[in-house]
Amino acid sequence: MALNSRVPEGPIKDKWTDYKNHINLVNPANKRHIDIIVVGTGLAGGSAAATLAELGYNVKAFAYQDSPRRAHSIAAQGGINAAKNYMGDGDSTYRLFYDTVKGGDYRSREANVYRLAEVSANIIDQCVAQGVPFARDYGGLLDNRSFGGVLVSRTFYAKGQTGQQLLLGAYSAMNRQIARGKIEMFNRHEMLDVVKIDGKARGIIARNLITGEIERHSAHAVVIATGGYGNVYFLSTNAMGSNATAAWKIHKKGAFFANPCFTQIHPTCIPRSGDYQSKLTLMSESLRNDGRIWVPAKLEDAKALQARKIKPTEIAEENRDYFLERRYPAFGNLVPRDVASRAAKERCDAGFGVNATGEAVFLDFASAIERYGKTQAKIQNLENPSKEKVYQLGKAIVEEKYGNLFQMYEKIVDENPYKTPMMIYPATHYTMGGIWVDYNLMTTVDGLYCIGEANFSDHGANRLGASALMQGLADGYFVLPYTIGDYLSNEIRTGKIPTNTPEFDEAEKEVNDRINFFINNNGTHSVDYYHKKLGKIMWDKCGMSRNEQGLKEAMTEIKALREDFWKNVKVPGSAGEMNPELEKAGRVADFLELGELFAKDALDRNESCGGHFREESAEIDGPQKGEAKRNDKDYAYVAAWEYKGEPSDAILHKEQLEFKDIELKQRSYK
Amino acid sequence: MNLTLKVWRQKDSNAKGQMVDYKVTEISEHMSFLEMMDVLNEQLINKGEEPVAFDHDCREGICGMCSMYINGEAHGPDRGVTTCQLHMRMFKDGDTITIEPFRAAAFPVIKDLVVDRMAFERIQQAGGFISVNTSGNTQDANTIPISKHAADEAMDAATCIGCGACVATCKNSSAMLFVGAKVSQYALLPQGQVEAADRVRNMVAQMDLEGFGNCTNTGACEIECPKGISLDNIARMNRELMKASLS
Amino acid sequence: MSGFFKSSIGKKVAMSLSAFFLMFFLVMHVSINLLSVFSEETFNTASHFMGTNWLVQFIMQPVLIFGVIFHFVMGFVLEIKNKKAKGVAYAKNNGAANSSWMSRNMIYSGLVILAFIVLHFIDFWFPEINHKYIEVLPEDPTRYFGELQHKFSSPLRVGAYVIAFILLGLHLAHGFTSAFQSLGITAGRKKTLQSIGKAYAILIPLGFIFIALFHHFNH
Repeated sequence: MALNSRVPEGPIKDKWTDYKNHINLVNPANKRHIDIIVVGTGLAGGSAAATLAELGYNVKAFAYQDSPRRAHSIAAQGGINAAKNYMGDGDSTYRLFYDTVKGGDYRSREANVYRLAEVSANIIDQCVAQGVPFARDYGGLLDNRSFGGVLVSRTFYAKGQTGQQLLLGAYSAMNRQIARGKIEMFNRHEMLDVVKIDGKARGIIARNLITGEIERHSAHAVVIATGGYGNVYFLSTNAMGSNATAAWKIHKKGAFFANPCFTQIHPTCIPRSGDYQSKLTLMSESLRNDGRIWVPAKLEDAKALQARKIKPTEIAEENRDYFLERRYPAFGNLVPRDVASRAAKERCDAGFGVNATGEAVFLDFASAIERYGKTQAKIQNLENPSKEKVYQLGKAIVEEKYGNLFQMYEKIVDENPYKTPMMIYPATHYTMGGIWVDYNLMTTVDGLYCIGEANFSDHGANRLGASALMQGLADGYFVLPYTIGDYLSNEIRTGKIPTNTPEFDEAEKEVNDRINFFINNNGTHSVDYYHKKLGKIMWDKCGMSRNEQGLKEAMTEIKALREDFWKNVKVPGSAGEMNPELEKAGRVADFLELGELFAKDALDRNESCGGHFREESAEIDGPQKGEAKRNDKDYAYVAAWEYKGEPSDAILHKEQLEFKDIELKQRSYK
Repeated sequence: MNLTLKVWRQKDSNAKGQMVDYKVTEISEHMSFLEMMDVLNEQLINKGEEPVAFDHDCREGICGMCSMYINGEAHGPDRGVTTCQLHMRMFKDGDTITIEPFRAAAFPVIKDLVVDRMAFERIQQAGGFISVNTSGNTQDANTIPISKHAADEAMDAATCIGCGACVATCKNSSAMLFVGAKVSQYALLPQGQVEAADRVRNMVAQMDLEGFGNCTNTGACEIECPKGISLDNIARMNRELMKASLS
Repeated sequence: MSGFFKSSIGKKVAMSLSAFFLMFFLVMHVSINLLSVFSEETFNTASHFMGTNWLVQFIMQPVLIFGVIFHFVMGFVLEIKNKKAKGVAYAKNNGAANSSWMSRNMIYSGLVILAFIVLHFIDFWFPEINHKYIEVLPEDPTRYFGELQHKFSSPLRVGAYVIAFILLGLHLAHGFTSAFQSLGITAGRKKTLQSIGKAYAILIPLGFIFIALFHHFNH
C-alpha cells in the first residue's frame, strides 16, 4: 500500500484556501443523521467535539477521567504561539511556518505546517471570544512573550497556566453542546478497540471504568485524540493515566504508526529522588532565560556533592563548568531543548552529576540575582549598596518573574532555590511521533482520524515551545471540522450503524478475552513492576542518546519482558467493577509492544535529527565536532510502520518529504 | 518513616464502608503522599489484597483529579497544594494518618476514596460558558481592550481546578466557591457580560438542585483551596444573582 | 423575585437582611439601656416613650418579633438542609485548621441566644405586656428604672445574662462580617469591615454585661 499524503496542488499559501473551496460539504439537515465518536477530550479532542457538535453532527465523546477538563493538556504551562504580529516585530505566517519546520529539524510535512501557521491567529480570536483570560498589558491589549528557538515574540499566555485556560475554554464550548444534547459525554470510559466494517472505522468498544461494563458505540467516523505515548518511559511529565492504548489499537487495526522514535526530552525537570518516584515535574523553559546551568569542573567536587559532603555554594567560581556556555557560546543556556538535554546527560554520564543519584545538574540564579540587584540599585540611585542589599533587590525581581516556579520547586525538593542552586535533569515530555495521517488528518483507515499529539504531523523531529497547544486547537477547531465533512459527505445515505454485527461481536470478544486473561492470570508481579522495567530499558537504550547495539538489545529485552508480562502479571480484583490495576495492565501491555516498535524505528533511522540522536551520526571533526548530524540524502522521510503481528515484523512505508518553500540547512548553535 | 494509615474502604457505591488500618514502613520524607499510597498498594497487591482505589492523574497539582481528606483536611495539612503535591515531610515517624474520601451528599462515593463529582459537570453545563460558536469567524482578539486589572482578576478566578476541596471542607458541603469562581471569571470580562444574568441564575439553580448546602461564610473553602480562590468570588456571585433577579 | 428567595443565595440574603435589622435593634437597645447607668430620669422617659408610642408598639415591635422568629426559623431550616448536604460525617475533621469556632457553631451560639430571649421575655416582655394590655394596670412613667434594678438583684440571673451575652458576642463576631459577605459587600473592604465587626461584636455585648453588673452591684 502506497502512502498518499493527499496534499493539495498549488502554491503553499493557497493550498488550504483552495482546498476548503472545493471540498464536498454535508448539508445541515443531513448532519443530524451522522454520528461521530471522539476519543480523548484534551485540547484537540475537546475542541473537535465542540465544533463538530456545533456544526450539527451527533458527537459521542470519551474520556478516561471523570471530566473532560482533566485531560493532560491542562498541565501545559508556557503559552500558545500565533502569528498575530501584535508586537510589530516582523512576525508572519511564513515566519511561524519557517520556525516550526526548522525547529522540527526538517522532518515534518510542509503543507501541514503552513496550514497550522495560517490558522494560528484564528485560535487566539476564538479563545478570547470564549473568555480565556490571556495576559494583557496596561493598555488592555494582549501581551506576548518570547520562547526558545525563535526571534520574535508571538507567544500568548495566561500566567503559567496557559494549557489550563485553553482547555477550560474548549471544555466550556463542549459543555454548551452537552447541554444542547449535541454531545453525549462518556466520562470514566476507556476505548479498548476500534471496530472496522468493510474497511471503514465504524465504532469503538469501550469499558465503563466505574461498572466494568463493556459497551459498543457506533458512528460514521471515529476521531482519536488521545495524546502522546511518553509514559512508555514510565517516568515522564505526562499524567499517570496518559496512555497509548487507543493509538496502539488503531495501529493494530491498520493505521500506520509514524516516527515513533521522535520524542522530546525536556531539559528542565525536577530530578528523580528515589525508586518510588511515580512521575516527573516540569519546570518551565522560561527559567533558562536567567538561570545558568553548571556542574563541578573537578570530579572530586562532584563526588563530594553526591555524598552530600559539601554544599554547591562552597564550590568556587573557577571550579565550575558552565558547560552550555562553554560548548555553545552563541546560544549559551538557551540552546534548543534536545541540545540542552544531551549536554546535561553527557556531563552526568561522565560522573559530574550533582545529586545522590548522579543524575542532576545545577540551574543557578545567583548571578541573575546579582545582576538584577545591581541594576535595581542603579535605578534607585543607591551608592555602594551592600551585598545583602543587592541580593534583596535582585531576589525581588527574580521572585516577580519566577516566584510560582520557585515555590513549586521548594514544595517538591524542600530546598530554597534563592539560596542554593536548583537541580534539574531532562525528562520525557512530548512525543512528536504518532499515528500517520494525511493532509485531511485521516489515518490509513478510512473514516478513522487522528488529531493533536496522538498524530505525527506537524513537529517533525523536535517541537518548539508553545506549539503543542497551537496544534491541538488548530486540528480540533479549524482543520478537522472541514476535512471530516469531505469524507462524511459520502455517508449521508448510510443511516444508523447497527452494533449487533459480527464485527462488533468479534471486537468485543477480543476485548473481553484480554480482560479475562488479566483477571484470571494468577501471576507474581504487579503491573507497575513491568512498567518500571520497560521504562528503564527505554530510558537507558532509547533515551537521549541511542546506538545500534543498544537499540538491538532494547528490542530483544522488551520482547522478553513482554513475554514474561503475559505469563506472570498479577491483576487483583474483578472485571465487573472499578479496577485501576486492570486499566493499567491493558495500557502497559500496549506500551510493551509500542516500545519495541520505537526501538526498531530508532534503529532504522541511522541519522541524528531533533530529539533523535544516534551516536553513529555525529560530526567527527570541525567546529561542530560531537554535534548531531542529520542525513537528508537518506532519511528525509516519514517512517510509517504497518502492523504485521509482532512489532519486530512491522513493515516500513516511507513518505518522502519535499521541501519546496524552505531550504534545508544544518542547525548550528555554536 | 513508619506510619499507621486509617483508610476508608468501600467496595462500591451501594456497599457500606469502614475505616481499615494499615501499616506502611520505610517511607521516605521526599515521597509525595500519593507515592506513599503507591507503596501501600504495591504491598496490598503482593499480599493478594485489593489495592485502595483513589483518583489521581497529573500528579502536579493542576488536573484536579486527586481528592483525599487527610487528617481532617482536604488535600491534607499543607497549604496551596493538592494531595499529589503534599509531601511526606509534613508527617513524622510513627504518625497515624486518617484518609477519607471527600464527603458531600452531592459527591457519592464510587469506591474507596473515589467520589463522583458529576454534579460539578452539570453545573458547568447549566451555564459555565460563553455562547459563541467555534467557527473562527469572531472579531480580532484585540478589538475589545480589557483592563489588565479585570483580566488578572478573571484569571485568578479561572485558576479553579474543580477538585471539590471547597465542598469537602465546607461543613455545609456548599459549592459556592466553585460556582462563584466560574460566574466571576465571565462576569469580569466584557465577552461574558452579555449573558451574565442568565448564567448566574441557571448555574445557581443547578447548584441548588444538586443538593449542595448553603454558604455560611466560614471561609474554610478559601483556606483549603489548592489554588487560593478568593471568597470575593462568592460575594460577586451573590451580587450577580441579586442584580439578575432585580432586572 | 420570589424565585430569588427560593434559591440558596436568596436565603442567604434573607438571613443577612434579618441580621442587619437585628443588629440595628441591638444598637438601639443597648443605647437606651445605657441611659439607666447615667440617669434614672432619662431612662424612664425613654422607656416610657418606647413603651407607649404606637409606632414602636404596633409597627416596630411586631416587625422585630417577626425578624427574630424569621432569623431563627431560617437558621434552623438552613442548618437542617446543610446537615443533609454533608451526608456522611468525617471520622476525623480538623475544622480549626481553616475556620473559626464561631463560624462553625452559629447554630449553638444561636440556640443559647434563643434560650436567653425566652428568659428575657419571661423577665421583661411578658410582665410588660401583662401590665399594659392584659391586666391594664395604671401607667406609672417612672416605674422602669426600679423594675430594671430589681431584676438584676439575683446573681443567678445576672450570671445567665453574662453567659448569654458572651455567646451573643461570639455569634456577632462571625455574623457581622458574614452578613456583609452574603450581601456581596466585601471586595476590597475586608480589613475595615472586619475591624468594625470585631468592635461591634465586643462593644454591644460588653455594654449589656456592664449594665447588668452595674445594676447588680449598685442597687
